[in-house]
Amino acid sequence: MAAPPNAIESPLKSTESSASPVIVFDNVSIAFEDKTILDGISFQLARGETKAIFGIAGSGKSTILKLTLGLLKPDAGHIHVLGEDVTQMSEESLFELRRKIGMVFQESALFDSLTVRENVAFRLMEEHDLSEDEIERRVRESLSFVELEHTVDMFPSELSGGMRRRVAIARAIVTQPEILLYDSPTGGLDPVTSTTIVELIVKQRDVSRTSSLLVTHRLQDAFVMATHYFDRKSNKMLPLPPGARGEVPMGFLILRDGKIIFDGGVHELSVSKDEYIREFIS
Amino acid sequence: MELTSPADFAKDLVQAVQDYSVLAGRSMSNLFRTPRYFADMTQQADLIGFGSLPIVVLTGFFTGAVLALNSANTLERFGSLSLIGQLVSVGMVTELGPVLTGLMVAGRNASGMASELGSMVVTEQIDAMRALGTDPTKKLVTPRVVSTVFMLFFLTIISDLLGLIGGGIVAQFIFGMDSHQYWSSAWQTLMFRDVFTGLVKPLFFGFIIATVGCYYGMSARGGTQGVGRATTQAVVASSVLILLVDFFATKFLMAIFGYR
Ligand SMILES: Nc1ncnc2c1ncn2[C@@H]1O[C@H](COP(=O)(O)OP(=O)(O)OP(=O)(O)O)[C@@H](O)[C@H]1O
Ligand SMILES: [Mg+2]
Repeated sequence: MAAPPNAIESPLKSTESSASPVIVFDNVSIAFEDKTILDGISFQLARGETKAIFGIAGSGKSTILKLTLGLLKPDAGHIHVLGEDVTQMSEESLFELRRKIGMVFQESALFDSLTVRENVAFRLMEEHDLSEDEIERRVRESLSFVELEHTVDMFPSELSGGMRRRVAIARAIVTQPEILLYDSPTGGLDPVTSTTIVELIVKQRDVSRTSSLLVTHRLQDAFVMATHYFDRKSNKMLPLPPGARGEVPMGFLILRDGKIIFDGGVHELSVSKDEYIREFIS
Repeated sequence: MELTSPADFAKDLVQAVQDYSVLAGRSMSNLFRTPRYFADMTQQADLIGFGSLPIVVLTGFFTGAVLALNSANTLERFGSLSLIGQLVSVGMVTELGPVLTGLMVAGRNASGMASELGSMVVTEQIDAMRALGTDPTKKLVTPRVVSTVFMLFFLTIISDLLGLIGGGIVAQFIFGMDSHQYWSSAWQTLMFRDVFTGLVKPLFFGFIIATVGCYYGMSARGGTQGVGRATTQAVVASSVLILLVDFFATKFLMAIFGYR
């Protein structure tokens, strides 16, 4: 197998993102009950970049996101997030760092005894320095971003799976965090809803310029993200003009048996000769 | 069923005790750190205090009544029926009021806390809370501990009072005792140490109920079945601990007040 192309050399890297990376995994390993899930993986996420993570079920994708937030501690290796080593930090200081990161959990993980409004406002209320009106305004703004303003007074159990996923996105973006972690945001959804969510993610990437890790099972979603951009004027996601390859900061990462077998841009991915990868993207 | 070796069992036990102690310690140290969640405390106080009122009133009343019935039976043989008031008041205030209220609230709220927090763990809501930058021990555990300790104290007083009333009704209407005599003997026999013992215990019991309930909830594993298991264990463990601590607290307080 040829050495995987390094993300740093990726042609997709936009010029501004060549600055310091926001997430660095350095030789990270983790095992659950003697079963090795991640075996010394290293990668970086540049500022402003969105990196899609692929792998079969159980390959450790969600684990990577939880490690990034410090919700799990690796058995070996270091993880730097916004310059801080989360593997060495106390839970107390991690809470500060986590406020700069938004996460959309695989199963949404909305607080089921709180309304949609309270769920989305959770972080704003925790910060204590905002007025009621300001919180309400930002909750509505965030919910209108996912087109769910009408659900503010409902409970999560009254929503469909796709709506819950979108509320979870609204909750994650309400404070405009520097980093977003999406865990299978389109998993198990119909194509129409998936497209809405893909558009949201592209909007976050191109309008808010948020750095993000995106776990997904659907390669086509990531391909759409790599070949489209968000047009502010028409407020729609549009395909990149032909020949504009590398205009959007989008990377791909493929996991297999605890190792990273691919880390690069859409172009390298489409020309990769590796059989496993070919099978994966076909 | 899977069999675990004694060594593994001991290791798990030590680990569990350690985890519990850390959680219990944090629940207290959080009081000295911001943010403090007063709204959550009052909400929990309402849930625990007013929610438990009916069962506490019922158990208190009938315990006092049955205590009077039983002791009257014995006292009558010695012709000292007039001692009912003293027996009921000392029994209720030092022992039965605190312990039975504690057990009732344990059954009701330790299970409630374990199942609520347990469901939050298995649906990743606790992880989500941590991810949102909020410490679940501050937001969920400390308010429950504070309000349980606070409310159990007053629930115990209510239970004591109703026990005395229950005993009084039995003494008056079944044994034809003069109610004035009952109340004055009940009142006069109570000494500072009885009242003190009876009011210190609920502080410990409240702490046990909330920390054990939260500990089992926070360490729930394995889906809805795990939550069910955590709930049962929380009630069993907190009830047993209440009885254990009751014994040692009684012994200790007696030593302080110089009984023996
Ligand atoms: N808390 C845990 N305890 C024990 N094993 C775990 C735990 N979390 C994850 N695992 C194991 O680690 C492996 C990777 O889990 P992870 O959730 O990261 O997979 P994933 O790549 O996100 O899968 P999916 O695509 O199905 O979401 C799985 O085999 C799982 O059994
Ligand atoms: Mg997953």
